[in-house]
Amino acid sequence: MAFYETVFIARQELSAAQVEALAATLTDIITQGQGEVTKTEFCGLRTLAYSIKKNRKGHYVLFNIDAPTSAVKEMERQIGLNEDILRHLTIKLEKLDPEPSSLMQSKQSRERRYESFGREGYGSFELQAEGES
Amino acid sequence: MNAIPITRKPFFRRRKVCPFSGPNALQIDYKDVKLLQKFTTERGKIIPSRITAVSQKKQRELAQAIKRARFLALMPYVLD
Repeated sequence: MAFYETVFIARQELSAAQVEALAATLTDIITQGQGEVTKTEFCGLRTLAYSIKKNRKGHYVLFNIDAPTSAVKEMERQIGLNEDILRHLTIKLEKLDPEPSSLMQSKQSRERRYESFGREGYGSFELQAEGES
Repeated sequence: MNAIPITRKPFFRRRKVCPFSGPNALQIDYKDVKLLQKFTTERGKIIPSRITAVSQKKQRELAQAIKRARFLALMPYVLD
């Protein structure tokens, strides 16, 4: 058994209930293949950074999976066939993270984590590079 | 003292450290868009590590994370 993480984007026309049903069918595929979905996150309707198949928004769902390769392969095949899913990404992990992911946290305030680090982007780096006059 | 000094101070450059190495290092995660955005320009390009002082190893991880975030439409490929 190996650890995987899957994120998929569902079409924006789907209702929240439909997205949950979709996630449930994919979870079923994993459980049938002797695997386990340890965490499911519905990250809600997010605006896409660019349009995918003429969609401007999408429902993001994240799975943490502990399953054999065959189960994950079958799930990916089903995702590929499903026209409600715009895009998906599965990556193998060393270990699973039980905490809520950054996708979920972005809804809440999480500024304090970056206080030690510049927030201005490119400009602040240039200032650092030039040093004090 | 805000005025420009008459005698120039000797040039001093603070040693930069990689924000992803050492104790209390930040974690690179392709889902953490806010963090990744600090390492891209306003046009969405990845900032070279000589400016951000990210170590070679971490820069490779960071680039991978940014590319994953772009694929999932969490970040743009180009911004203009």
